[in-house]
Amino acid sequence: MSVEAREARQPWILLAPAISAVTLLLLVPLIFIVVYSFWLRTATGADQVGFYLDNWQEALTDRFYRDILFSTLRIAAITTIVCALMGYPAAYFIARSRGNKVILLLLLMLPFWISYIIRTMSWINILGVSGALNTLLMSVGIIGEPLNMLYNETTVILGLVHFLLPFMVLNVFVSLDGIDTNLEDAANSLGATKWQSFIQVTLPLSLPGLAAGGLLCFVLGAGTYITPLVLGGPRDAMFANLVFEAIITQLNWPLGSALSLMLLVVLGALVMIYNRYLGMAQLMKGLG
Amino acid sequence: MTRKIDDTTRYERLRERYMNGDLDRRSFLGLFGAAGAAYGLVTPYRAFAQSVSQVRFDGWGGVVSEALRANAFDPFTAKTGIEVVDGTFGGGDEYISRVKASQPGEYNIAHLSGVFDYARYHGLGLTTKLNEERIPNLQYVIPKLVDVFRDITDGSLSCVPYDYGTTGLAYNRKYISDEEMQEKGAKILIDEAHKGKIGGWSDWRTRMWYASLQTGQDPNGVTDEEACWDAVRAHRDLALKYWGSGAELMSLLAEEEIHVTEGWSGRIYALQEQGHDIGYMDPPNGFGWQECMFVIKGSPLEACEELLNFMLDPATSIAVAEGQSYPPALDPQKVDLGEKIPTLPAFDPTGTLSGLTFADPDYWNGHEAAWSKTFGRVQKGY
Repeated sequence: MSVEAREARQPWILLAPAISAVTLLLLVPLIFIVVYSFWLRTATGADQVGFYLDNWQEALTDRFYRDILFSTLRIAAITTIVCALMGYPAAYFIARSRGNKVILLLLLMLPFWISYIIRTMSWINILGVSGALNTLLMSVGIIGEPLNMLYNETTVILGLVHFLLPFMVLNVFVSLDGIDTNLEDAANSLGATKWQSFIQVTLPLSLPGLAAGGLLCFVLGAGTYITPLVLGGPRDAMFANLVFEAIITQLNWPLGSALSLMLLVVLGALVMIYNRYLGMAQLMKGLG
Repeated sequence: MTRKIDDTTRYERLRERYMNGDLDRRSFLGLFGAAGAAYGLVTPYRAFAQSVSQVRFDGWGGVVSEALRANAFDPFTAKTGIEVVDGTFGGGDEYISRVKASQPGEYNIAHLSGVFDYARYHGLGLTTKLNEERIPNLQYVIPKLVDVFRDITDGSLSCVPYDYGTTGLAYNRKYISDEEMQEKGAKILIDEAHKGKIGGWSDWRTRMWYASLQTGQDPNGVTDEEACWDAVRAHRDLALKYWGSGAELMSLLAEEEIHVTEGWSGRIYALQEQGHDIGYMDPPNGFGWQECMFVIKGSPLEACEELLNFMLDPATSIAVAEGQSYPPALDPQKVDLGEKIPTLPAFDPTGTLSGLTFADPDYWNGHEAAWSKTFGRVQKGY
């Protein structure tokens, strides 16, 4: 074999494990889900093999699914905005701090060492009727009766922000860390105030990181089902909860497959739009 | 004499031949791939061939699993050498989905609730036929509990009844008196006076059962379905939270997040034993259920039968019942159940269980597809 031919094959050999994993663990199950979405659930809960459009017709025309999808996108959007507002200053502080950057980044990663479910459930002990916050407010005499703070949309958003904030901070940090601080100094030497140099120099240059963090927060937030299950009230379900219910509670795998593909297409479209205008390179930097 | 070699040795020899140049790369990778494919294809059927060293059991977790582990599984392993690996589930619907996705033999014994679940497994072709001669302790079980299962599987059994209980009304006595409970009964769950302090299980059967009681209908024969859904909606609008597990039920009541809910008799008894002033009441036509130890098709039958017989041994069964706070399926007319069990909620000293109303499996499974779907919508505000 010639050297050229060997060099041409080398990338494929190196990529083979990753491609195999993606094919076996993502593409093949996805094909199964696509096939399942055209089957039907029988009265006993068994699947009826065939090519039926009933699930797709129901998923696309029923107002119930559309409403929950919009509600899910709204909750994900609010979460993303809150994460951006809270995450940007934190990322800026870390990027501009001298010496203790590594420790701050380590602290940022610390919550990932604890299970996401445990972190979500911890809010019950903080916001519950006999939780830490109510106990504190009552002990200092601010309130006489405990407040009902749990099991509503606000606590769902709170739980999502808690989960997603590090993703935002990391992406913005990567972006800010790559900006040459001499640019800010140059702006200041040309008469710009600190605020002006931030608004006109730093912020525009860090927008790709903000967008990458926003995309990650939005996609992960829109696909979650644990947070509304643990911290939501009876009406606070998100779209992934419908998939869970169809597959687990109703044993209707075909409908659940159609619903999960619907969510995948919506979120996939957002990723495509992001890729079209900003490219995936920034996202990869943030994830790396 | 021939020597058996293991797979690692085989791989090392193959690799050595390849490294020495005795085997070209294509052949090496081909043989390696074929070995992997063969392993993958054979794995699902290993359960049929392997000697039984362990049995998998899945149950409700919490105090129930602890009682089974301490009083049944550990002593069984000590006696037979067969290890019992136990997993948990939050509800029967979740578990049936996992079993449906599994390979034969992956799941063995499940602590199922209700005859309707047994009928669903039968409908999906997941029942097997137990050899009752290998389960002599079945003679001590209340006959009524056994017969309902036989009716579904044409006289044979794929399970043994194990315990029973009720889903009654649990209330915090600090906020709700016994008199108020007696007066309002099931309707307390749709009482505006307790808005924001009401809970409920996120199980469509329980919701519809209690809606039947709230609208004055027979839970096993609703005639005005829409009235029931209106009651479910009324409950939803007043409820703080639908709970999804026994642990969550206990936490919500103990932390006083909710003051009233329907609850599982054993879990409420456990709360009372912990010192919480929680009352428990079975309203007329309250939800009675029986649980069984169900053997799933494809399981190692002899080991499962041996375990079931061990679990039904009166000494084991009574110890488990005392631990999980649900009365055992043992007939009090045949077995002395000791002092604690007669004090457990839902206990029937006659062994006839005539005071409990059970779900009619045909009726409930007939409505399962439609009602579970409708409840999913009603739950979310529709």
